[in-house]
Amino acid sequence: MLTLALILIPLLATAIIFFGVSVNARKIALGAAVLNIAVAIAAIFTSGFSDFTLNVLSKPNINLALDIHQNGGISVVLLLLSVIVTLAAVLSGTCPKGREKLWYCSALLISAGAIGAFISTDLFFFFAFHELALIPTFLMIGILGRGDRKEVAWKVTVYLAFGSIVLLAGLLMIANQLGSFDMTQLTALSHHQNEIALLLIIGFGTLVSLFPFHSWAAPAYASAPAPVSMLHAGVLKKFGLYGLIVVGYKVVPDGMAHWLPLLLVLLLCNIIWVGLVTINQKRLDLMLGNSSVMHMGYIFLAIAALVDNGSSFATQAAVLLMFAHGISIAMSFCLADRIENKTGSLELNQLGGLAKNAPSLAFLFGLVGMASIGLPGLANFAGEIMVFFSGFEGWKPADDLGPVQIATIIAIWGVVISAVYMLRAFRNIFQGETVSRTEKVKPLSGDDKLPAIILGVILLIVGIYPQSILQFFN
Amino acid sequence: MLLWLLFILPLASAALIHFVLKQNNAGLATKLGTLFTFGTLVLAILWVFNVFSIPASWSWIHFGDFKVNIGFVDDQLAKGMMIVVTGIGFLVHVFSLAYMEDDDAKARYFGNLSLFMFSMTGIVLAENFIMMFIFWELVGLSSYLLIGHWYKKDTAAEAAKKAFLSNRIGDFGFLIGILMTWILAGSVVFSEMNGAEFIAHGECLAGAAVLLVFCGAIGKSAQLPLHVWLPDAMEGPTPVSALIHAATMVAAGVYMMARFFGGIGDAALQQIPATEVIAWIGGITSLVAALMATQQNDIKKILAYSTLSQLGYMVMAVGLLDPNAGMFHLYTHAWFKALLFLGSGAVIYACHHEQDIWKMGGLRKKMPITAFTFIVGTLALTAVPFTSGFYSKEGILHAAENHPLYWVALGVAFLTTFYMFRLIFVAFLGEAKDDHAKHATEVESRMFGPLIILAIMAFASPFLTKLIPGTEAPDIHFVMNTTTILSISAFAAGFALAFLLYKGKKEDPVSIPLFRNKFYIDEFYAGIVKWFQDLLAAVVHFLDEFIINGMLVGGLTRLAQGTGNIFRKYAQSGNLQHYALISGVGILLAIYFTVFK
Repeated sequence: MLTLALILIPLLATAIIFFGVSVNARKIALGAAVLNIAVAIAAIFTSGFSDFTLNVLSKPNINLALDIHQNGGISVVLLLLSVIVTLAAVLSGTCPKGREKLWYCSALLISAGAIGAFISTDLFFFFAFHELALIPTFLMIGILGRGDRKEVAWKVTVYLAFGSIVLLAGLLMIANQLGSFDMTQLTALSHHQNEIALLLIIGFGTLVSLFPFHSWAAPAYASAPAPVSMLHAGVLKKFGLYGLIVVGYKVVPDGMAHWLPLLLVLLLCNIIWVGLVTINQKRLDLMLGNSSVMHMGYIFLAIAALVDNGSSFATQAAVLLMFAHGISIAMSFCLADRIENKTGSLELNQLGGLAKNAPSLAFLFGLVGMASIGLPGLANFAGEIMVFFSGFEGWKPADDLGPVQIATIIAIWGVVISAVYMLRAFRNIFQGETVSRTEKVKPLSGDDKLPAIILGVILLIVGIYPQSILQFFN
Repeated sequence: MLLWLLFILPLASAALIHFVLKQNNAGLATKLGTLFTFGTLVLAILWVFNVFSIPASWSWIHFGDFKVNIGFVDDQLAKGMMIVVTGIGFLVHVFSLAYMEDDDAKARYFGNLSLFMFSMTGIVLAENFIMMFIFWELVGLSSYLLIGHWYKKDTAAEAAKKAFLSNRIGDFGFLIGILMTWILAGSVVFSEMNGAEFIAHGECLAGAAVLLVFCGAIGKSAQLPLHVWLPDAMEGPTPVSALIHAATMVAAGVYMMARFFGGIGDAALQQIPATEVIAWIGGITSLVAALMATQQNDIKKILAYSTLSQLGYMVMAVGLLDPNAGMFHLYTHAWFKALLFLGSGAVIYACHHEQDIWKMGGLRKKMPITAFTFIVGTLALTAVPFTSGFYSKEGILHAAENHPLYWVALGVAFLTTFYMFRLIFVAFLGEAKDDHAKHATEVESRMFGPLIILAIMAFASPFLTKLIPGTEAPDIHFVMNTTTILSISAFAAGFALAFLLYKGKKEDPVSIPLFRNKFYIDEFYAGIVKWFQDLLAAVVHFLDEFIINGMLVGGLTRLAQGTGNIFRKYAQSGNLQHYALISGVGILLAIYFTVFK
């Protein structure tokens, strides 16, 4: 039952906020987020409560089936990511007056959908929970977004709906061949592996902003209110990568191997092409959004290594990096929102010297910036170094370097690219003399700092002791 | 366990200063940092005398075939290096107590110094390549933070960024080299590397791996072509330049190569001709940097180019497969170059932050202790017989015998003497050329104390054989042979030329714009960044926006918009319903297929 509670708590809280009269939406959302962390920890560390099954439809056989301990610990790690980022997201941003219901309901719904998708053991609900989480994402961008919010919302909707439909076609073909929606029974398909693998790569890929289906992501994150950017970039986007590992690699391993050259080219475009696009950004939020797209390339690289040589640690490398990236990008958007709140701008050339008046903001942003460019001691490095090693694991020196090794080498250039844009941003925003927008800024309040500190501490813990996450894998 | 304490103490100090004491307790913070560093020095000395044994390692990552330990080496190479790091680290802390007294962010300064001490300790103790890479990056961070200490100054902020990025470019190669070594040598642990396996797949692959690993050293030790960050790094406080950008961190590249070569073994290395490339890069760096140094006017810049040049010597020795000679020079150089940098710090402090040597002069009389110790450092750097620099430079010249680089090394010896005595004649002798220099007074004991200790080390260090890093003790007997005679002649020629050109001069009689402008390499790189990277980024951004976003996806959007318009006719409401509708389509389709199929 604990597993069901993980979804019911945010859904119930949503209902109370939505239908309740004169309730304090923030407090309820906060309570639900904290409670969910407690339940998640209880469910992870106690056995016996971990699965739940409810038959929804008997023909075809569709169950609301949940199990957090499936997939050798992958779901546990993504569940932890979800509940942590949910708490930080509820604590972040400034809700416009009178919009509390929409604001907090959306955050909780996205959270419920993401958690549901990560712990479902039924293909139908795996897909449906993700769709559920997308709807509030669109609404929040469309109603409370910044800039051309309608246009951005429309674009995101089109992209993600396109990805979802392609994905759905792939999933239905899988269910059709296997005769079941049960994810615990997934095995390699005997027919049409190549076709299905392509559908999955494009479908899941679009949801993770795989090149060339990436250009929705940066404008969406720049426009969305902070909690939505944090939850989508940090948590929900990992759905596509999760799907490729726990569904794609299981049912169409040969199909994915068939498309490996294509996948390698696309992921390198994510890293190098989008990396260059990121360098050229003039606004912090667009830069962060693009950097998030870029970093997806590394996780795809781990998947490629897995497909290529069945690497003994590529899956774990991918999930560790997913966790690290989720925490770090959420923290980045949380702080970018504070920068805009304090200075009224995110244009890099309008800022400067902010470290003088807001030293803790500079420290926290520096911390997360260093994490995202892979500084050792912070979580992302542990994931990245494992990814790079997994890329070389299959190399037999008697042969020439294989395509995955060459891709790994090119991908490592990304560590230079990300340092270029991140240090440039830090330099422009925090260093130098103060400018008109930054000279009267007040330091961060405790409430401002809290979500970033929660996320920053986790980056440090996982970075210093990666086994804290790796222990969940078996 | 004491080795763990040696490893953890600086981290504890950094954490306490940054998170507990902060600027409000700056006085305590500075004392704490200095005290903890002294603690590490004591522990390092105990380690040298084998008072404690090596503790068990700690498993950092262990999954599948990927295992990384945080574990320690226990050999003379590490012990000697540790003495250099903690010894100079402690003296620099003491010097900083006075030098940074009035800085309004000295807690941050001392916290970052502690962070550096921690990172550097990690490099020295690392038993495997990944651990070394971890701390390699962390010294990069502490260097970035300390160069940018005065972050409000644009030049300091830019210099910090440049240092970090140059190192990142080197680390790109370094990381690939580590990956190749992992497969070729069968391990990333230095003591478990298999040299025979390493070269079993041809000298080409092995050579590529060695050179890629060396890329890390090119960045960290500022060798050509990534040397440009080091002179700019002089924007940091001068004690930082002494510790990080002269004595320890920049020498980490040499230490890393010595450790790596130790792991691969001589037998294998001799079959890899690519090591010749390392020797030439070192040799060319030492020559080019020495030429640049002859035309600099900023006292710290002269020393910075001198550091580049001396690092080139060390790298050259490593490339000639004599890492012990390189490490011996690293060791002697660390003491006398720290002496010179701290001496320049004392001068800058006394002259109210004037760094131009042409505005100094006559400091010998105003600051006798500083001037005397500075001259001692100069004698060691220019390898006057019986100074420490003499013995270690002999070692390098011997390593280069029968090699064309021998003549390069001798040429550099001549240039070194020339530019150092140019500095001495202009800044310390003659008449004061500026009011600041006229009113300069000797610095206080917390500053000249370290200078005196370092000056003693500039003579004594080769004889403290237990402290010298390396696998075998260097030969420190004075024997008159051809190399000695040539080396002394180079000194004499350099000194004579500096005397003739610069004695009593008020302005520079020589002008070589090519050297003064650093061979225009910095401008060349700025051009590359501007015209290649930034332009490429702009072009890619344009393509991304207008082709991928505009056409490919725009088509999709229009298609969907068309469909949306059909729905709109029936729904008659704004866009919002469409968002929900379109995303709900997925669910509807799923239900349709599952129920009606």
